[in-house]
Amino acid sequence: MTDTLMSVSHLTKHFPLTEGVVFQREVARVHAVDDVSLEVRRGETLGLVGETGCGKSTMARMMVRLLDPTSGTISYEGEDVTAASGARLKRLRREMQMIFQDPYSSLNPRKTIGSIIAEPFAIHGLLGSDGARRRRVQELMEQVGLNPEHYNRYPHEFSGGQRQRVGVARALALAPKLIVADEPVSALDVSIQAQILNLLRGLQRELGLTIVFIAHDLSVVRHMCDRVAVMYLGNLVELADSDTLYRHPRHPYTGALLSAVPVAAARSTVRRERQVLEGDLPSPTDPPPACRFHTRCPKAQEICRVQAPPLTPKDGGALAACHFPLADEEASAIVPTA
Amino acid sequence: MSVETFEAAETGGLTSESAVQARTPWQLFWRRLRGDRVALAALAFIVLLVLVALLQAPIRSLLGLPGPNVQNPAALDVFGTPTGPSAEHPFGVDTLGRDVFSRVLAGAAVSLQVALISTGIAVAVGTLLGMLAAFYGGWVDTTFSRMADVLLAFPVLLLALGIAAACSGAEGCAGGLIQPGIGTVVFTIAFINWVFVFRIIRGQTLSLREKEYVEASRSLGASNRRIIFREILPNLVAPIIVYASLLIPQNILLEAALSFLGVGVQPPQASWGAMIADAVTVFDTAWWFMFFPGTALLLTVLAFNLVGDGLQDALNPRSDR
Ligand SMILES: Nc1ncnc2c1ncn2[C@@H]1O[C@H](COP(=O)(O)OP(=O)(O)OP(=O)(O)O)[C@@H](O)[C@H]1O
Ligand SMILES: [Mg+2]
Repeated sequence: MTDTLMSVSHLTKHFPLTEGVVFQREVARVHAVDDVSLEVRRGETLGLVGETGCGKSTMARMMVRLLDPTSGTISYEGEDVTAASGARLKRLRREMQMIFQDPYSSLNPRKTIGSIIAEPFAIHGLLGSDGARRRRVQELMEQVGLNPEHYNRYPHEFSGGQRQRVGVARALALAPKLIVADEPVSALDVSIQAQILNLLRGLQRELGLTIVFIAHDLSVVRHMCDRVAVMYLGNLVELADSDTLYRHPRHPYTGALLSAVPVAAARSTVRRERQVLEGDLPSPTDPPPACRFHTRCPKAQEICRVQAPPLTPKDGGALAACHFPLADEEASAIVPTA
Repeated sequence: MSVETFEAAETGGLTSESAVQARTPWQLFWRRLRGDRVALAALAFIVLLVLVALLQAPIRSLLGLPGPNVQNPAALDVFGTPTGPSAEHPFGVDTLGRDVFSRVLAGAAVSLQVALISTGIAVAVGTLLGMLAAFYGGWVDTTFSRMADVLLAFPVLLLALGIAAACSGAEGCAGGLIQPGIGTVVFTIAFINWVFVFRIIRGQTLSLREKEYVEASRSLGASNRRIIFREILPNLVAPIIVYASLLIPQNILLEAALSFLGVGVQPPQASWGAMIADAVTVFDTAWWFMFFPGTALLLTVLAFNLVGDGLQDALNPRSDR
């Protein structure tokens, strides 16, 4: 099963920063996403990882067409998402749904859980009668592990984890094929994170979903994802199968992220080189030229400052955008399990 | 298993329904308001006032009082000075021999009518424009916001005087749409007030439209219209109620001020403001002519303010986020 569900090519999003009230003048632009190309394969879970501000949410929002890209295209089953409008867009929206980061802001406090989950049916005119809608809503609630009798309660009566389940139920209501989950557990307690992750994995298996799973560190992604894409300052720097990435990171940035992942106590006796990134994250309004990571990269050389490395296959099958990818020894110093 | 539960919930009717029923934000609101004695007393006064204004004719005939515009020269003394409170005229009579009690009742009706209608219009217009400006941004926002800025640059009373004076000619203004009298006063007050509502609603909408539930709704395929009216508006109801309840007393005062200055409600129609103006010259000899409409105005404004404060306290606690 390696056919492509969604393919993203040369996707770019710049946010202009303007000044002036009536005559707006562009003073700078935030390079939120720059020339990112990747494919989402049918049935997989693709992880999208990177530090805060690297453009993950912007990618997610463009994928589900909450934002229009500055340039580049996104095609879903061969159909151009970025050009769709009107009825065609409305139909496409049934195919892909998003799960949001903040379980507080993502549910309207003035609506009951039942009407929040039923909203997709109301918008698309599905399941005409109230009874049918309510039955379907309660089925969905049960499916995500909520007590179906709570359908007429308000969001403030639920915990963060339960609210996130409501968000999942709403996303599933239209039976989409693709779910884009933007840091769905990062606002939750650690003990609850695992429950939501298990829920998503279970649903994926049960419903054959394709999931784009966004996280800001690699530890959460490991057990969720088949493949992982690593972003740095709006660029895609590495894309590999989970196992490959965790055993043999090729991009020095991936290496740095991995060395920040806490290891289980049993393994902590193994000597592990903790690679700390030097310097601050550069501003996305003025990203460094060529390889954007060169200002913080321990392996950077002259060429990194003048020529952007293309995303090419490296040893072990990973795609990485680096002139001097990590060799196996370097990788295993960071990841002792390799 | 699941299907059974749902059937049970459906056929179980009232019992299972009410067991599941949680407290809605409105139920919480009522609970808090019920505990506020002062606001409740003020609310009772307002209800009483509304009833009295609606039932003024039966009340008059019950007490055997003349209508508000009936002049009775016999009620003036030999020097033409109005007589004070008595059995026939509980609040005395004015300089034309009209019954002050009847006129205070008629004035209540005018006050309430003008304040409620003009506040209603201002809130409706301000809310709609505020939501549109904040939601769409761009030139829509620029247009309405600049209009609001210009209006806010004028002193309220001066602007009101100007509009009221312009519209109180025989043919009215806005192409005859606004007729002199109560219509003009309502228009003037609404025209001045929508700006305040607009600014508050615009600010609130700016923050509401960034909420993830708005994005969720959009990604489900909701139209702008649906998002504005179904997602954003319900979250504005509380601030709208609070703000309207604070605007009403201000508008009662504004109506009184306009009528006092002679550009509001036109004679012979009764208005507390106009009565006070007429009473100024005879205050030394006929205190009741100013005292009763003045007290009515004071109590009414106070009651609305107290209710407004109570509503604000009951609606605003952090409990509903
Ligand atoms: N509407 C916007 N206007 C201007 N700049 C924006 C806007 N949205 C995002 N940005 C900027 O684009 C960059 C990428 O933002 P994005 O939200 O995609 O990051 P992220 O990877 O999701 O970060 P986080 O982990 O904090 O969620 C950031 O620098 C952010 O400040
Ligand atoms: Mg984000």
